[in-house]
Amino acid sequence: MLRKIRTYAGNRIRSWAFKRLRRVPGPVTVLRQKIYIIPTRLGYGFGLLAFVMLMGSMNYSNSLGFALTFMLGALALVGMHHTHRNLLGIRVQAGRHEPVFAGQTARFQLTASNPSSQNQYAIALQHDLMPESPRFVDLPARGSAMLWLDLHAEQRGLLPAPRFMLFTEFPLGLFHAWTWMDLDMQCVVYPRPSDSGARPPPARGEGSGQQEGTEGKEDFMGLREYQRGDASRLIHWKSLPRTGKMMVKQFADPRQLEVWLDWDSLTGLNTEQRLSQLCRWIMDAHRMGQAYGLRLPGLTLDISAGEQHRHQCLEALARFEAPPREKAAA
Amino acid sequence: MKSSERSVPPTTALRALACLALVAAPHLLNVKIWAVALLGCLIAYRALCLLRGWQLPPQWLRIVLVVVAFGAVMMTYGRINGQNAGVALLLVMTGLKLTESRSQRDWEVVLNLSYFLLITHFLFSQSLFMLLFMLAGVLLITASLADLSHRQAAMPLRDTLRVSGRLVLHALPVMAILFVLFPRIPGPLWGLPSDAGAARSGLSDVMSPGSIGNLIQNDAVAFRVRFDRQPPDNNMLYWRAHVFYNFDGRTWHEGGPNGVHRNVPSPNLPLTHYEITLEPHRQPWLFGLDLIASGPDDAVFSPNHQMWVKEPVKERRLYRASSYITDTINEPLDWITQRRSLHLPSGGNRRARELGEVWQQQFSNPADIVNAALQRFRNEPFHYTLQPPELGASPVDQFLFETRAGFCEHYASAFVVLMRAAGIPARVVTGYQGGELNDMADYMIVRQSDAHAWAEVWLEGRGWVRIDPTAAVAPERVELGLAAALSASEVPLGLMRRNNVRYFLEMNWDMINASWNRWVLAYGPELQQSFLARFGLIDWYRMTLALTALIMVVLGLLGLAIIRQARPAQNTDPVQQSWLKLCQRLEKIGMQRRPQEGPRDFARRVARRYPALGAELRPLAEQYIRLRYGRDSSAPAGSEIQALRRAVSALRIETG
Repeated sequence: MLRKIRTYAGNRIRSWAFKRLRRVPGPVTVLRQKIYIIPTRLGYGFGLLAFVMLMGSMNYSNSLGFALTFMLGALALVGMHHTHRNLLGIRVQAGRHEPVFAGQTARFQLTASNPSSQNQYAIALQHDLMPESPRFVDLPARGSAMLWLDLHAEQRGLLPAPRFMLFTEFPLGLFHAWTWMDLDMQCVVYPRPSDSGARPPPARGEGSGQQEGTEGKEDFMGLREYQRGDASRLIHWKSLPRTGKMMVKQFADPRQLEVWLDWDSLTGLNTEQRLSQLCRWIMDAHRMGQAYGLRLPGLTLDISAGEQHRHQCLEALARFEAPPREKAAA
Repeated sequence: MKSSERSVPPTTALRALACLALVAAPHLLNVKIWAVALLGCLIAYRALCLLRGWQLPPQWLRIVLVVVAFGAVMMTYGRINGQNAGVALLLVMTGLKLTESRSQRDWEVVLNLSYFLLITHFLFSQSLFMLLFMLAGVLLITASLADLSHRQAAMPLRDTLRVSGRLVLHALPVMAILFVLFPRIPGPLWGLPSDAGAARSGLSDVMSPGSIGNLIQNDAVAFRVRFDRQPPDNNMLYWRAHVFYNFDGRTWHEGGPNGVHRNVPSPNLPLTHYEITLEPHRQPWLFGLDLIASGPDDAVFSPNHQMWVKEPVKERRLYRASSYITDTINEPLDWITQRRSLHLPSGGNRRARELGEVWQQQFSNPADIVNAALQRFRNEPFHYTLQPPELGASPVDQFLFETRAGFCEHYASAFVVLMRAAGIPARVVTGYQGGELNDMADYMIVRQSDAHAWAEVWLEGRGWVRIDPTAAVAPERVELGLAAALSASEVPLGLMRRNNVRYFLEMNWDMINASWNRWVLAYGPELQQSFLARFGLIDWYRMTLALTALIMVVLGLLGLAIIRQARPAQNTDPVQQSWLKLCQRLEKIGMQRRPQEGPRDFARRVARRYPALGAELRPLAEQYIRLRYGRDSSAPAGSEIQALRRAVSALRIETG
């Protein structure tokens, strides 16, 4: 019953609060009129304790009993103000967020700073889809701390940061004070790389006539996972018991350092599968130090290499015919 | 995992354990040692679990322990409710809760139990020290609670204490308002257990040789009294408690006329008004000066002019009474009372009875018989001592004719026996005699050591007349108090003649205690009403209204003060102030300086977006850098600061 009322009240407060909430680039300062506060379960328990003490003091006409009871009542009232204050004035600023692959957890970094001359303790972030329990930080006077919003990235595209609440229960744990924030951040979510599938297309750079179905044999470069069609002589048996996977020896072939990854070379797959495959190729090429180019319908990224290029290519995949996304969850 | 089920940092848990130990420790004096000792062991065990990483006991063992603990309390006290058994049970169960405390919520419960343990101390004592103990306890438990709600890791101990100290300090005014204005109702709500209140010694409702002598050793305060006007002389201060009729040869029992009706004779004397703060003595009687004219509303009077209440006095109470200061109660004697006040047991104390009969024949006037008895006490070698010899089967005979040494109850008892034998109706009265005036304040302390016994005889035409045979032997007793009447070696330690410094300190301390008792501990429904009536708060409605309004005002002020603290710390550097002001203004057009961005980079970025503005801004940034970080002069000149400030206010920030 109590839980129902709480849920109902919580939803009402929330819908009212969201009407007042604007998505802003930040930084956001926690304002007095944007802080909501309700008793916690411990708060109700504490109230009950004080009530029992009051009854006992009345029964025994015990003056010091009254004094203690009123002390606890006063502590709760004052503690409410302190909890409110513990959230007040915090400035939250959007920070970095690294691109992730679909299926991974996107992490939006935030900087919370305390411009006042008093410490603020045990501040945390929370949102509905948070994968783990919140992490609490202290904000020393005139100091700041890093917070982050973790969100599971389900599909490729641009993942907006969810609405979140900044909350605290310090110093008594009797009250839960929170404020909603909606910072305009979005994280690039690359497609989920396919596990296996077609081998990367042979290099088609200028002047490369040979199109042998083998990889280079000169310089050993590393191991990659076995893909169907790999020659059995290339299998690296020694690593099988250690990794539990079939690995294949890879050799750099100077003739194959350039490769075109082409949308059109993939047939019989739907859009997402194609993107996943391209993603896998980009990652493999990047890892092997190959230079590569990307051809998508309506977009061509010239042959290049390096971290920046990789990100450009992967982002192009992420943004390709960006799938319609349901409204960001709070 | 829900956050409330998360485990607690070990340091936090250890601090909570320390709090609990501290709060429980004084119960060593109140309940059976084993209960406190068990709690102590469980606290130590839990601490070791935390320090050494031991596993907590399995559930079946915990259940067994709970059953055993219940049984042990039951065995020791014969019940599980009531004051002592209840506290013992609470201690033990709190200890057992520790054996399963893992999560945040468990430790929250432990701290709430600590708060509750704190209140149980006040059942046993409400002295000023307990107030200090309470504040210390609240401070520590609250610090522990703050530590617990800090969640991630234990806070530095000093920080927890600072946070808790601020909370308690802010809560004090609210607590004071609640204490004064929260409407009090007369208790009890559901009745007190029979063992409620602190254990006390005091006058008993039987009297035998030695019973008052034992009490004399105790210098605990019986009550304090404040006279509206000049207090009467010491030898007129007879505080009436018990009237004894029934004598079995050794021990006196009350056995007087019952009932709650009496006629107060009005002896044509002025009334003396006074106010008594009575220490709880667990008996249903109140004390007053002879002859009590009126008492508090709930008091009833026996035909012997004793003052009674319905319930035993288990809490300190404050009441007003008025009396006629007289040694005579002019009232007729009905035949039943007459028979009772002449009765003597047929066996024993033969010589005393014979002496009485001789006097009856010798003197025709009863007053002469009284005088003869007093003469005898005065002239024969009677002496007043706290250590009288043991008395055998006929204690009165032995005292009168052999030992001749005794305390007030011996004299009173022997005197009444002699009077009855001589045909004069007589009874024994006990109570307190005298009192010590506190020079530092206008009140008098009456202690257990002022306990006294005297006699009353009924004389035709005068009524009941108070005769104090002790006064015949040791007149100093009633004039100067007990210490003056005893030989030096006999004076109880607490009554030793005090040197001046000690007397001064003691009287001051007693004065503080008296104010504490009078204003804080006795603050109940009656005192609250009379106190608040001075401010026009005459009913609950107005009290509640005033309470709510005052608390709102105080909390509002507190809230404002706290919110002020949340404002950004004032920057005292005028150069930086100017720069921050500039940044603030730029924020309005969407140019937010990034935390890592220096002034120069920022100005460059603004210039890229708004070239016109940037052209003005970049020299300003350079100027700021030079003034703030420049090495050439340690303190920038005032004129340059002024120039920067003027330039900042002159800058027109337009997005066009």
